[in-house]
Amino acid sequence: MALDQSFVGRTYPPTAPYEVGREKIREFAEAVGDAHPAYVDPEAAKALGHSDVIAPPTFVFSITFKAAGQVIEDPQLGLDYSRVVHGDQKFVYTRPVRAGDRLTVTSTIEAVKSMAGNDILDVRGEVHDESGEHVVTAWTKLVARAAEEA
Amino acid sequence: MTAKVSYGAVEVGTELPARSFPVTRATLVQYAGASGDFNPIHWNERFAREVGLPDVIAHGMFTMAEAVRVVTDWAGDPGSVVEYGVRFTKPVVVPDDDKGAVIEVSGKVGALLDDRRVRVDLTVMSDGKKVLGMSRAVVQLS
Repeated sequence: MALDQSFVGRTYPPTAPYEVGREKIREFAEAVGDAHPAYVDPEAAKALGHSDVIAPPTFVFSITFKAAGQVIEDPQLGLDYSRVVHGDQKFVYTRPVRAGDRLTVTSTIEAVKSMAGNDILDVRGEVHDESGEHVVTAWTKLVARAAEEA
Repeated sequence: MTAKVSYGAVEVGTELPARSFPVTRATLVQYAGASGDFNPIHWNERFAREVGLPDVIAHGMFTMAEAVRVVTDWAGDPGSVVEYGVRFTKPVVVPDDDKGAVIEVSGKVGALLDDRRVRVDLTVMSDGKKVLGMSRAVVQLS
C-alpha cells in the first residue's frame, strides 16, 4: 500500500542528547579495523587541530538511524520495516563528531514515493551539539520492498 | 582540521592508494555490537535465507565505513572529510568460513572544487561485483 504523501515535510521532535564517549569511538574504530590515532589518542587528535578524539565519518549513523526510528516506527506512516533495505546514505559535515559531544537529532521526512510497488522514504537527520552548533546532516533513503504476490 | 595533502599536489585523475579489507562473520558480530545494528541478516544465516538473501550479508554501513578509509588514510586527517555519500547497490555476501569476503576499494580525484576541496570518486567491489554506487567523498585539502 502506497505511503501517505501528507507525511512529506513532517519533522519529529529532537531526540534526547546522545553523549559521545571516547571508549565508544574506540570500540567503533576497532570494529571497522581502523587504527587511525585520531580515533583513540587525544594528543594525536589535538595535533590535527581537534579538541579531543574524533569519530570515524560513519560513526554518527548509529545515532541518526536510531533517531529515524521515530519515523520508521510511526504507526500512522505504516512502513513495513521487515521489508526495509537501506538504499542510499549521505553525510554532510560541518565538523567531525568528537568525544564529549552531546548530540541531538531532528528528523524530517523529505520524500515519500512509491515505485513498482516499493515504498521509498527519504529521511533527513540534522545533528546539533549542546551549544546548538550544527555538526552533521545525514540523509537516509529506505526502501520497503514490495511484498510478494500472495 | 585539514588534510596533510595539499590541494596544489592533486589533479583530476590522481589515484589514491587502493586497499583491500577482509570481512568475516566475526567482523560482522563485532560491528553489530559497536554500531547497535543487530539485524539478523548480518549474523543469522537461517534468517537471511528466509528473507531471500543468498547468505549472511555485511552491514551496508560497514562497507561504507571501510570504503572511506581509502580517503581518510590518504588525507591524513579523518576530520577533513566534509561530505560522503553512497548508494547500496549489491550486498557483500559473507560465507561462514575463515576467509569470509574481501571489500576492494580504489579511489581517484574526480573533480577539483572551490575552497581547496576535491571530490574523490570511490570504486568498491566484492567478489567481482560493484557493491557501492555513486560512492563519493568531498575532502578539505590544505
